[in-house]
Amino acid sequence: MKPILQAQGLRLAFGGVKAADGIDLDVGEGEFLAIIGPNGAGKTTFINMCTGWLKPQSGRILWRGEDIAGLPPRRITQRGIARSFQLPQLFTEHTVLRNLALAIAAREGAFSLLRPLLRPGWTKEAMEILRGFGLESLADTRADALNEGSRKLADIAMAVALKPRLLLMDEPTSGVAASEKLGIVETLARVLRETGVSAVFVEHDMEVVSRFADRVAVWSQGRIVANGPPEAVLADPEVRREVIGIEDAHAAP
Amino acid sequence: MTHRREALLALLFALAVLAAAFAVPWLRFVLTLALAKGIAALGVMLLLRAGQVSFGHAMFVAFAAYAVAFLAGQVGEALLLLPLAILLAALLGLVIGLFVARYREIFFGMLNLALSMVFYSLLEKFYSITHGTDGMRVPAVTWAGMATERVGGEWAVLVAALVLAIGFALLARLYLASPLGEALQGIKTREARLEFMGLPPRRVLLVAYVLSAAMAGTAGALIALTTRHVTPLMGYWTASGELVFIVILGGAGGVLGPFLGAIAYELVRVYAAASVADAWQLILGAVLLAVILFARGGLFSLLRGRRA
Ligand SMILES: Nc1ncnc2c1ncn2[C@@H]1O[C@H](COP(=O)(O)OP(=O)(O)O)[C@@H](O)[C@H]1O
Ligand SMILES: [Mg+2]
Repeated sequence: MKPILQAQGLRLAFGGVKAADGIDLDVGEGEFLAIIGPNGAGKTTFINMCTGWLKPQSGRILWRGEDIAGLPPRRITQRGIARSFQLPQLFTEHTVLRNLALAIAAREGAFSLLRPLLRPGWTKEAMEILRGFGLESLADTRADALNEGSRKLADIAMAVALKPRLLLMDEPTSGVAASEKLGIVETLARVLRETGVSAVFVEHDMEVVSRFADRVAVWSQGRIVANGPPEAVLADPEVRREVIGIEDAHAAP
Repeated sequence: MTHRREALLALLFALAVLAAAFAVPWLRFVLTLALAKGIAALGVMLLLRAGQVSFGHAMFVAFAAYAVAFLAGQVGEALLLLPLAILLAALLGLVIGLFVARYREIFFGMLNLALSMVFYSLLEKFYSITHGTDGMRVPAVTWAGMATERVGGEWAVLVAALVLAIGFALLARLYLASPLGEALQGIKTREARLEFMGLPPRRVLLVAYVLSAAMAGTAGALIALTTRHVTPLMGYWTASGELVFIVILGGAGGVLGPFLGAIAYELVRVYAAASVADAWQLILGAVLLAVILFARGGLFSLLRGRRA
């Protein structure tokens, strides 16, 4: 698979904490890559570096061959990388529909001062995206009135509305009701596959990982300690014990 | 509020202004000032949408007023002077906006204040050019080529102020519903998300800043044409505070708010000053207190009141 994004030797420390301690990772064109690992392992830091929120102290991030490390977030977004957030980042005083329409407007770069945001074409597109996330009935609800799960979904929907080539999702299913999780990831995966979008997602639900990821990278203390197909990685007793927290009865000490 | 209802309200409002100006001649001057300040307050309201309060916008009022005073000798036509002064204020807004749009909240407010104080003292100190605190007289101008005597001139500025008020209110309404206008509120609630959507927040705020400077400039030009005398006090920090006061009083929820606030403000000031000397600050202070405690959305929200 041709890599679309290549992280090479990324390092970033906060004081004494090495949040990234030599990260090397390729993401293939159209690939779904899951990132797993305990809290504080540096997963969010990796996404923050790839999207320009944090600048690595050393290393390169190649996007189709160009080093984008240290570019401001908007420049990276303009190149086709979008993200969603561990804590949803919505425009709280706007309705869900307007949140989506703003993302579409930003993507289109159409900034006439006199034409309305809620123009028919954008409204229609926003409603279609919301339908995919099961949010259409909440279109006119203010974002600060949503429950945690819906906030999470609206946050991802906004990233999807940017029509990226690579979508980075930080814990997309945390906060989403267990009964809705798989259905939503299924819809999301279908949309992304149809358009050939690559995805990197931090995930704690191993069922989601094994069903939707092409590959799994395991994070621990700022390093990648395992990287491979889900069946292999999730079966590794070391990974099961250290990362997933499952003690296999027959595992050797 | 629906478009229809707001348009109807605006129409009633405009008719009431004209009727009052017709019935009570000395109100013409007061209403012109109120409309001018309403336009400036509308600009301050745009910035408030982004959660930013400028305590220095009287600088643009004074700048445009002095531009009129300086240029009226050469450009003796009001219909040329007005757009010229507005354009100059917008240009100053662009230069200053490029700098202040990087700052937020208290820093934004105080930077605007600081710049306006610098400008105020320049007007005061360069006596040979500006005549210091004495100010400058504005030479008589023509309106559409016609020389106007006193009453005709008063009506001309009032009608110009009304037309500009309606024009800017419509512009602001369209702008606030456009992507850039809607994004302003995004600066207040989640600025970082704008960055991650590929939309530079500074540019979003800069557009609002230039518009607000143009509106404050419009107010300054109108005030210069109606008072025929400009002084540094037009740009003093209390004049900037007055604009913020007017927005809070009138309400920032709709484009009519600043105009309601400005009219209420000027009428209370005039009537209170006439009846109880020195009591108008007390009255206005009490009104502001009541608005903040009981009607956060200002006079505009009281009018909107009963929801359909
Ligand atoms: N902006 C920051 N300032 C200081 N420390 C940080 C910052 N961001 C992350 N860290 C630290 O870096 C480590 C990795 O954090 P993070 O990337 O959020 O982990 P994860 O997403 O895997 O839970 C943690 O120890 C965290 O406290
Ligand atoms: Mg995290």
